Amino acid sequence: MEIRVNPTRMEYNRLKGRLKMAERGHKLLKDKRDELMRKFLELIRENKKVRQEVEAALSRSFANFLLASAVMSSAAMEEAVMYPKAAVKVDVKTENIMSVRVPRISVAAAGEEAEDATPYGFADTSAELDSSLAELAGILPQLIRLAELEKAVALLADEIDKTRRRVNALEHIMIPQLQETIKYISMKLDENERSSLTRLMKIKDLVRGDETA
Amino acid sequence: MFMYKVAVIGDKDSILGFKALGVATYPVTGPAEALRALREIERDKVAVVCITEAIAEHIQPEIDALNQKTLPAVVLIPNNKGSLGHGMRQIKKNAEKAIGADILFGKEGS
Repeated sequence: MEIRVNPTRMEYNRLKGRLKMAERGHKLLKDKRDELMRKFLELIRENKKVRQEVEAALSRSFANFLLASAVMSSAAMEEAVMYPKAAVKVDVKTENIMSVRVPRISVAAAGEEAEDATPYGFADTSAELDSSLAELAGILPQLIRLAELEKAVALLADEIDKTRRRVNALEHIMIPQLQETIKYISMKLDENERSSLTRLMKIKDLVRGDETA
Repeated sequence: MFMYKVAVIGDKDSILGFKALGVATYPVTGPAEALRALREIERDKVAVVCITEAIAEHIQPEIDALNQKTLPAVVLIPNNKGSLGHGMRQIKKNAEKAIGADILFGKEGS
């Protein structure tokens, strides 16, 4: 399929410029896609690993928690965890991966840096609750790392999808279309040239014939 | 420097432990409450939202919308009854979207 244009030399030059631009853009986007893909593969492998770890650790912690709730009454448990010692705060920076803005989240525990995170006295709580909470506290940094990774992976997947569409549109539609059209114009121009040449020769013959006769 | 918060949405039994650590907890029982909690979180400065898979199931469109933005980051976590596999499926979906084929989970034949 070619674009409908007037077969003029001006149009020809314009299309040549566009083709050059499209080819350059295509090459750049292809590089972008490849680099994004490389990063993506790195991240998604890690994402999978971290998620498996977190899920395993969380179910372990939940099991402990279940034990704790079996030993203590639910009211006592709620009371025990009611007032946390420290609030979990995180610090967010953004990182730029091939112009995709990806958050970098790091834990910055505000409040006093307590050695153990248990916000309750040990008098009327069970040991199961202690160990379950300690485990949960251990998971938290990984959980946040997981959040960061999953976000990055999701954003990158989006961007890769978009970039790939663009690359394909350029490669399979724009560039062939431009090439076709340029070919069409150059053929038309050549054709015009030939026809005017033959016309001139014919006229010359006619004029010569008149003179000799 | 401003600090962001971490939030957890889920059924009460699953998220009680997080409360003791100082994470903002939003105990919910159904999708309607979960949506309300999510709205509240959007207004707050929250960087990481953990949602249990059992709840996330019902509010998937909203979660997808959040996934488009830079913040907050949504993580699906298993609840106390075990993992439903949504989190892993999400990774798989992302891989398929980006690469066109699933390369990570190919061995399982699904």
